[in-house]
Amino acid sequence: MSDAHGHHYTSLGVDNRKLGMWLLIASECLLFGSLIGTYMIMRNKGLSGPTPQEVLDIPVTTISTFVLLMSSFSIVLALNAIQHGKIASFRRWILATALGGLIFLGFQTYEFTIFVHEGLGLSTNVFGTSFFMLTGTHGTHVAVGVIWLLSLYFASVRGRLTEDAALKVDTMALYWHFVDVIWIIIFTVVYLFVFV
Amino acid sequence: MSEVAQSGSLSEVYKGGIGSWITTVDHKRIGILYGVTALIFAIIGGTEAMLIRTQLIVPNNDFLSADTFNSMFTMHGVTMIFMFVMPINAAFFNYISVLQIGARDVAFPRLNALSYWVFLFGGILFHLGYVVGQTPAVGWFGYANLTSSQFTPGLGTDFWVLGLQVLGLSSLIASINFIATILNLRAPGMTMLRVPLFTWTTLITNVLLLLALPVITVALAQVMFGRFFGTGLYDPNSGGSVLLWQHLFWIFGHPEVYILILPPMGMVSEILPTFSRKPLFGYAAMVYASAAIAFLGFSVWAHHMFTVGMGPVANAVFSAATMLIAIPTGVKIFNWISTMWGGQLRMTTAMWFAVGFVALFTIGGLSGIMHASPPIDTQHQDSYFVVAHFHYVLIGGSVFGILGGIYYWFPKITGRLMSESLGKLNFWLLFFGFNLTFFPQHFLGVDGMPRRIYTYAEGLGLETWNFWSTMGAYLTAVAAVVFLYNLVTSCIRGEVAGDDPWDARTLEWAISSPPPEYNFVELPQVVARDDFWHRKHELKNFQPQGAGHVMLPNPTHWPFVTAVGIGLFALSFIFPVLPLWGSPVSLLTVVGVIVLFVGSYGWSFAKFEG
Repeated sequence: MSDAHGHHYTSLGVDNRKLGMWLLIASECLLFGSLIGTYMIMRNKGLSGPTPQEVLDIPVTTISTFVLLMSSFSIVLALNAIQHGKIASFRRWILATALGGLIFLGFQTYEFTIFVHEGLGLSTNVFGTSFFMLTGTHGTHVAVGVIWLLSLYFASVRGRLTEDAALKVDTMALYWHFVDVIWIIIFTVVYLFVFV
Repeated sequence: MSEVAQSGSLSEVYKGGIGSWITTVDHKRIGILYGVTALIFAIIGGTEAMLIRTQLIVPNNDFLSADTFNSMFTMHGVTMIFMFVMPINAAFFNYISVLQIGARDVAFPRLNALSYWVFLFGGILFHLGYVVGQTPAVGWFGYANLTSSQFTPGLGTDFWVLGLQVLGLSSLIASINFIATILNLRAPGMTMLRVPLFTWTTLITNVLLLLALPVITVALAQVMFGRFFGTGLYDPNSGGSVLLWQHLFWIFGHPEVYILILPPMGMVSEILPTFSRKPLFGYAAMVYASAAIAFLGFSVWAHHMFTVGMGPVANAVFSAATMLIAIPTGVKIFNWISTMWGGQLRMTTAMWFAVGFVALFTIGGLSGIMHASPPIDTQHQDSYFVVAHFHYVLIGGSVFGILGGIYYWFPKITGRLMSESLGKLNFWLLFFGFNLTFFPQHFLGVDGMPRRIYTYAEGLGLETWNFWSTMGAYLTAVAAVVFLYNLVTSCIRGEVAGDDPWDARTLEWAISSPPPEYNFVELPQVVARDDFWHRKHELKNFQPQGAGHVMLPNPTHWPFVTAVGIGLFALSFIFPVLPLWGSPVSLLTVVGVIVLFVGSYGWSFAKFEG
């Protein structure tokens, strides 16, 4: 039941791998929902140590948020490129996306280091715990995404990204956009609603 | 290769050494792996139950110490839920639902293998506590902050946390697989409303798993971080809340009980029509009722928390939502009864278990609806009344349904029938043993016996029913021995079954027993619900498929390797071999991560087909 391009018949008309990614995303919504819920409950319940109002830096985090958002744009360009067979363009844009992710992670690392110097660690108080578990889980997802993006890049360079290339990039892009949307929610709830 | 496919013999179809089992990506073999492993864990869990009941046979008993007793009910609960019922349901998801939709395998065969190996390693990890003499003793639900390192230092709770995380990961991976399979790999013409009820419950259960498991993952991670990094989300002394654990746990925990019961309900929905020679009554209503139960199941979690002080408004809302679930459940009960009504009943062993399910699950549901009322629950909470309730729905419900499924589908899987005489003996021993064990526990509950106590004093009026409950447990053990004896001897010398020994209704019976490796030579063109029955008895044009040659995915060791990586990673938090920068990250953690990466990359670049 597969044709020359390896496309299998599917009842919904969506490739299995893409459907699988949507299902993973559904599950991850609950994962992040639990972490965000815990954060919202615990953020002002620290008994000692820094509070959100004292440490959260909206201007700096706005920059990293912007970079992550732009990386969602660059992956759209990468996907468009590979869908039209423009391999060189695809490689440039996928690399740009990975770079955007790395810059975001760099900002996160910088911010977390500052927090630790300001006296907010993982176990300082429940604000610190819930904050670092939430943003740390998100950062881990970004890191996994960056590894995946770079794997796609190197696979392409070595000529091993040929079969179903557009589908694979599309599936990855879905993951990347999800990670971005989660960040927008986190940024809003954690940073913008800091005085709520 | 033009002969009609014969009913293959067991040893012919499942040939190949242990290597063929480690590298298999065939859903049927993986189903068998799940089933056999689950039964082994069931024996362990059952032994723990016997030890519990022996300790409680007389007052002031000293057969088990208090600490050991606490470990016993903890291990028993976790094992039976996560290492028996869930994996044996998964065995049937794997074997049967794929055949019922007319598919050749699941959407992600290698991911399927991964979820089995992760399950096996998770189950072993959980039980390693026995090896080092430090088993968890916090109850299966591990209420905070008993699970903190302040109150349960030592490795026991660590085995509980990490075992559950790994086991949860296994089910999560599998859930993506089964949902994608059922939505995307149905045979041409099989619309959703032609999908058999067991496959519907497979789909719905896996949606529950997909959405509920992440919540307990977060909850457990927060316990882990508390134990390893000194965080205090559940510690009142740090500004945390013990109730946070309870909410997160039960948001998972309530859907979990529907995860345990829906597949057996699906099995019963296949068995009753076959042995009544009638279609399932109200198929569409059964589908919608199952979906409604699952959906509403996410809204009732705090009925496990009526006595924590949430206040009357919260209690009332959760009470109302809980009672609401009785409606779709009642629809199902009445539809099962109506399926049998006016049918030509054949009381095979599978049918006895299915009918027993309907009666016993109803009893369990009645006790459940009683403690859906918060004032009544104030009396029931933490008493044996609750223990009675959930064993009626879990044994009278899930286990009876699963045993029915085993007796029903054993011929398809092995090509042989189980002994009917031993089967009926099994049924009646279990029926009497189970009821004798648990019905008196309703009385013990209302007489005031609390849960999870290792002994009780004389003169409280608890002796008689505890004694008889233990007698019932021993009778249940005899039933289990009869079942296992039947299972094993039928594999060896059961009567040859043929393709369709029951004159059944669904697609899995249209192919040989056991099926060929590729299941269907040509994918069936489905034109009706119960398409196989329709072609056999209405169109009268059913032709068994001949044998053929079909390209299948290659066996591969990469899922096994990846699972080893995951297992080592988890193990490293309990046994930090060569700690780096202080616990818990150690060289073992790094090794685990490397193996995981090697496994993942090897997998991604391996040749999949051809």
